[in-house]
Amino acid sequence: MRTLMRSSLLGTALCLTTLAAPRADAQTIAITGGKVYTVSGAPIENGTVVIRDGKIVAVGANVAVPEGAQRIDATGKWVTPGLVNASTVLGLSEISAVTGTNDATARGRDNVAAAFQVADGLNPTSILLSPTRGDGITAVVIHPDDGLFAGQSAVFEIVDGSASDMIVKQSAAMVANLGNPRAVGASSRGEMLMHVREILDDARTYARRRADFERAQTRPFAASRLDLEALQPVLAGRLPLLVAVDKASDIEATLRIAKEYGVKVIINGGAEAWMVADKLAAAKVTVLTGAMDNIPRNFNSLGSRQENAALLRAAGVSVALIGNAGGGGETQFNVRNIRYEAGNAVAYGMTWDDALRAITLAPAEIFGVSDRFGSLQAGRDANVVVWSGDPFEFATRAEHVLVRGKEYRDVSRQDLLMQRYKKLPPDFERTP
Amino acid sequence: MRRAALAAVFVTAACASSARQAPAPQRAAGDSTAKSTANAGPGATSTPNADPFPSTYRPMPSRATVIRNVTILTAAGPAIHNGAILLRDGKIAAVGASVDAPADAVVIDGTGKYLTPGIIDVHSHVGAGASPDDQGANTNDVNEATNPSTPYVWVEHSVWPQDPQLPRVLAGGVTTIQVLPGSANLIGGRSAVLKVVPARSVQEMKFPGAKYGLKMACGENPKRVYAQRGPSTRMGNVAGYRSAWIQAEAYRRRWDKWNSGHQGDAPTRDLGLETLADVLRGNILVHNHCYRADEMMQMIDIAKEFGYKIRAFHHGVEAYKVADVLAREGISAAVWADWGAFKLEAADAVRGNMALIDNAGARTIVHSDDKSGIQRLNQEAAKGMAAGNAIGVAVSEDEAIKWLTINPAWALDLDSKIGSIENGKNADVVLWSGNPFSVYTRTEKIWIDGAMVFDRSDPSERWRTDFELGYVPAASTVGGNR
Repeated sequence: MRTLMRSSLLGTALCLTTLAAPRADAQTIAITGGKVYTVSGAPIENGTVVIRDGKIVAVGANVAVPEGAQRIDATGKWVTPGLVNASTVLGLSEISAVTGTNDATARGRDNVAAAFQVADGLNPTSILLSPTRGDGITAVVIHPDDGLFAGQSAVFEIVDGSASDMIVKQSAAMVANLGNPRAVGASSRGEMLMHVREILDDARTYARRRADFERAQTRPFAASRLDLEALQPVLAGRLPLLVAVDKASDIEATLRIAKEYGVKVIINGGAEAWMVADKLAAAKVTVLTGAMDNIPRNFNSLGSRQENAALLRAAGVSVALIGNAGGGGETQFNVRNIRYEAGNAVAYGMTWDDALRAITLAPAEIFGVSDRFGSLQAGRDANVVVWSGDPFEFATRAEHVLVRGKEYRDVSRQDLLMQRYKKLPPDFERTP
Repeated sequence: MRRAALAAVFVTAACASSARQAPAPQRAAGDSTAKSTANAGPGATSTPNADPFPSTYRPMPSRATVIRNVTILTAAGPAIHNGAILLRDGKIAAVGASVDAPADAVVIDGTGKYLTPGIIDVHSHVGAGASPDDQGANTNDVNEATNPSTPYVWVEHSVWPQDPQLPRVLAGGVTTIQVLPGSANLIGGRSAVLKVVPARSVQEMKFPGAKYGLKMACGENPKRVYAQRGPSTRMGNVAGYRSAWIQAEAYRRRWDKWNSGHQGDAPTRDLGLETLADVLRGNILVHNHCYRADEMMQMIDIAKEFGYKIRAFHHGVEAYKVADVLAREGISAAVWADWGAFKLEAADAVRGNMALIDNAGARTIVHSDDKSGIQRLNQEAAKGMAAGNAIGVAVSEDEAIKWLTINPAWALDLDSKIGSIENGKNADVVLWSGNPFSVYTRTEKIWIDGAMVFDRSDPSERWRTDFELGYVPAASTVGGNR
């Protein structure tokens, strides 16, 4: 009985989402009267955003509204690109402790799973998608957890459909965890870096000697064939290596490796990045970090501070803001809270414009998808949010959320629960 | 890295409970007990009312202080706009539209700023689960996970006053914390109610007169931790609580009888049963980690069976489902704004929880259970307000401030001393740069018992723990940015 009710409840939720969601693709929509933050250019007072066939076709102050366009009146509202959370396991992890609902890790071989692509495990029916989108997040980056080379990150837009409909970039970065040697099978930093060099050297050698390898005429390599193949785009500088490190000296070691191998790196976490901000800027290395951690959690992050992101920006480093408070499911249940990370970044020294950029265009650029989204410009996917006010404020609501030109009015499972229990005792038959 | 964070949630999150005890003797045992203990000499005996680790807290030096032209959220009524307050001799001496400033008073202009009571977090592990927590640092002293029932442990004995988290907690406007044992156990041990001040010992931080709390935990954590030896099921959990209370009840009767006449030898002491017996006497407050609504209802029945009160359900992500019952039973709910989905019993978390609890007439408390979240409890309350408004359950700032102050003060039975801005209360107040429910607002100045303990504009007097000296770059000292 309980099971039946639960499944019918979920069924209802899915139906509501589906029914409420898309209108026809080939629709023209004009968002008018709002203050439009394009991110790629200056804000536009009383701006108009015109959308056709899922794409933005015009943005400006003096843009005519096409005849027959559906209008969204944004007078007095704030209009921004859909937000991007660049550090999530959304759609990979439904309930952290329920093992079977987690698909962000690979067993790999000796802590190497470079060929592992998290996109292959993306769950398009995750109930966490709709509350995330409902708060104005329209695209996310998903990452593999654990391992020296943990696998490949992906980028998706939160649209209804299958995983392949959602995914924008199947392989957007190679993840390496170099912040904690003991977590990746080494006993010291030096040993860990030795492993990294061995694997990258072997990947190079493998690329030159594929035929010999197939005939078993090479020495044994430190990683599997699939992993060595997967590292080729990294060595070619086409696929960035997303390196999780916090300690300033570990960041410098990462920069050395990047230089030695001609690898393009992104720093993930980077609690002490502010200490080497000039070096990061000189190397044009980008950083994913947050603005809500200041705790010397361990000996790698003794210099953790909330001004980190602002100091990096001031030094000229491109920064994407990610959740870094460490609690509350910021990569999963609360992916939606990225806008508060931006607000806190402003409270700790970042400009407002930079903070918005850091949760829209900056992550899109860092992961190579800025031709698809991240700004309000003609030609981009129509990922647009109309906010009741400043999007970084708690009291502000996302009033209209469009992804690829479709407006979603999500009724999440959380909404259904609140409807059911708003009046007590609940009426199980009639609510929601 | 994410993995590590999750693990931490499982180990420490969801702990819950306990309040801390005051030195005062209680009604059941009475004065004679205290006297007899004293007369018996050290070590001869002690009773459940003994206070073997008394508070040695002393307020820091203070000056009479007036803050003017400030918006005051009192937690005791409507906000006072353009108001003023006088802090003197550790107390709130006057508050209103204007106050008379003594000639020697420091006068602070609060134009554009807000003043609130100091925030109180009823669910913290700071000090006991200290930073740094590297492998081998051995700073995690939260869960005595060696037995499903450990009422004999007192978390104060785990608290490290040099935990670098402490100054960061203070900088978040938090002036009083309840440190709790973890949630691995059905009965986790005694809590400690502490003032967030620099100290050499935990005794120097202990809130004078505060009662102890008892941490209890429902659901997944105990049955998971003890899966091999039991309890391994929720029914095993309940049997565990009831068995413990049966023993406690017998122990309480033995000691109460002996205390009434001191006939013959005193019964043998049992450290754990002393704590449980004092819960039954009403001297120790129960703080019960419990996610699910149905389990809360069972815990309420257990409390009735043995005649104790549950003061607060902690982590009550499903409290909104039984908020009417909580209101009727006089049980508060200490909750997060939006945590959920880290385990199945947290899957029904909704952001409207705080507002729905409040709307049903129960006491909402914003809690952290988190070393980072504790620094931004005001932001958590702001999320809860917004979520309420989104579902048509309006929450005013005057109400939401109570979630952070007077409601947690009530849960610790300290609401006569702290938690609101009223004449005669302890001068624990926070001056904010603006509306505390804005993401852009930060604390500027903080007073505990009338002494200024934090001033963001004055890095020279900033509290740095011993650990931080040398290890933590000066620039990373909390509040370093101006």
